[in-house]
Amino acid sequence: MRILKFLIEKEFKQMFRNPLIPKMIVMYPIMVLLVFPWAVSFEIKNIRIDVVDHSKSTYSRRLTDKIAASRYFILNDIPPDYRTAMWNMEQGETDMILEIPTSFDVDLVKNRASAVGMAVNSVNGTQGLLGSNYVTQIVNDFSSELRSELTHTLPAQSRASMMRMPRINIVPQYKFNPALDYKSFMIPGFMVLLLTIICGILPALNIVMEKETGTIHQINVTPVNRIGFILAKLIPFWVVGLVVMIISVSAAYLIYGLWPAGSVVAVLFSAIVFIFSISGLGIIISNYSENMQQASFLVMFFILILILLGGMFTPVSSMPGWAQAIASINPFNYLTKTFRMLYLNGSTLADVSGNLLMLALFSVVLNGWAVVSYKKRG
Amino acid sequence: MNKVMEVSGLTKKFGNFTAVDHISFDVTEGEIFGFLGANGAGKTTAMQMLCGISMPTAGKGTVAGYDIIKQNELIKRNIGYMSQKFSLYEDLKVWENIRLFGGIYGLREKIIAEKTDALLKRLDFEQERNTLVKYLPLGWKQKLAFSVAIFHEPKIVFLDEPTGGVDPAMRRQFWEMIYEAADQGITVFVTTHYMDEAEYCNRVSIMVDGRIDALDSPAALRHQFKAGSMDEVFRQLAREAERGD
Repeated sequence: MRILKFLIEKEFKQMFRNPLIPKMIVMYPIMVLLVFPWAVSFEIKNIRIDVVDHSKSTYSRRLTDKIAASRYFILNDIPPDYRTAMWNMEQGETDMILEIPTSFDVDLVKNRASAVGMAVNSVNGTQGLLGSNYVTQIVNDFSSELRSELTHTLPAQSRASMMRMPRINIVPQYKFNPALDYKSFMIPGFMVLLLTIICGILPALNIVMEKETGTIHQINVTPVNRIGFILAKLIPFWVVGLVVMIISVSAAYLIYGLWPAGSVVAVLFSAIVFIFSISGLGIIISNYSENMQQASFLVMFFILILILLGGMFTPVSSMPGWAQAIASINPFNYLTKTFRMLYLNGSTLADVSGNLLMLALFSVVLNGWAVVSYKKRG
Repeated sequence: MNKVMEVSGLTKKFGNFTAVDHISFDVTEGEIFGFLGANGAGKTTAMQMLCGISMPTAGKGTVAGYDIIKQNELIKRNIGYMSQKFSLYEDLKVWENIRLFGGIYGLREKIIAEKTDALLKRLDFEQERNTLVKYLPLGWKQKLAFSVAIFHEPKIVFLDEPTGGVDPAMRRQFWEMIYEAADQGITVFVTTHYMDEAEYCNRVSIMVDGRIDALDSPAALRHQFKAGSMDEVFRQLAREAERGD
């Protein structure tokens, strides 16, 4: 292993002498975290809504005000009837209609229950879905507000009976990200993306570059062993990955004030396990490629799969079975889950140990493959 | 005299194409062995099998006392290799390349440092110690590559067209270095296109279409083919070649 020292030394010298790579390692995370979280957001704001208020009561006005005050909605109009509202939607002036029935206040006070109607323009599916979710949330919120108010105004006896009534409460879905801030949700994902790109592409292009310059030939006639050679290729990228991670975590804190709710050491630790696996994949690609063109093409193909089937942009649970099967062997998916748990849920290392175990398994398989696929004799 | 290399029936096929066709020869310790042949005759392929980076399709042999099929990694400890394509690291400095390959062959730091100083002094290269290799002129690069190939004092050094593209003056200097290495007891196995260089060898073999058609000392070959020079010998043999460029 004395040879390893010389090889690693060589890799670092080459890396630092590259006019672009050291700068990219620093600038890439900062640029990605500075720009993308704002642009790549599924948060829908400024949904235009028409409220058809047949009730015209205090309660209906309060609900309308609550919606108008939400940062997700713009109260477009309060038309007199549903037809006018529908016409507005057809004209593209509004995205949603909320219809409050005439008996809204009476129902609420007497029957303790009421229903509202909702129509959504679902041409933009995401907007439609999220819009109706937001309205449902606001209405639920409003009804629980009312319930507590009404309970107090009731005579003691009825209050007692009211308390006995089963309360069906919808559990808030946005438990760990109460502000529903998409950026805090996406940033851990972008960190995984950065690691994938930097620690996946750089190793993939590394050995193939030695093939193109012919230096690998010189190495192959020496007694360097395969594990030593591959390890010397990998170790610098492990260090680079860790540096990228430290820059990313700091940038997320400095720019967005986002700090892991769990332990930051756990974040770095899981990142390292992931880096092991992804850099192994890069080396495999490099071993099978003859030249840069092939290697770049292959690595892009794999990175696309890793990212799109990795649960960063779309939840894995809503993918079809075959895609879920791919996601279950996708390191990207496991680290994205882990990072979100550590960042948003405040999970501990023990909570994410299942994910880390999977990542460790990928690392062993991929790096073993990387060593075996490097052939010193043709 | 000890044989440092013995090969019999060595063959390499790529699909239907037989690059090297049952060649047999041996090389004596301390010898400068010229391995000649036209382009495409199979010289480089044969050499790669001897260096343990290409698996023979058939045949057997030993290099530096080790079996070329089974002990190829042991062979690598005992040989030096200089490929026809310059293959030191262009983005490393002169001393860094020397250090790297010294380290790879298992030399100690202290020995590497001492030998590097001595080498640079001998080559009159001291002012280029910190120059990136890519900025060196070709002739100097070749000298450096050769020096690196014998830095660990191997039993045999393989040189694949070491003087390709180098000017005559530099070629002369290069051959002086080869003689120095041979004087130190390193066996030199060299391929070349230059027939004047063939004259410098103790023995030469000439490959035609993957076979060795002639093998002897330059003087004996000239006599055998009734030729005035190695150039003529080569042309007589190459005329029968079916492949080439």
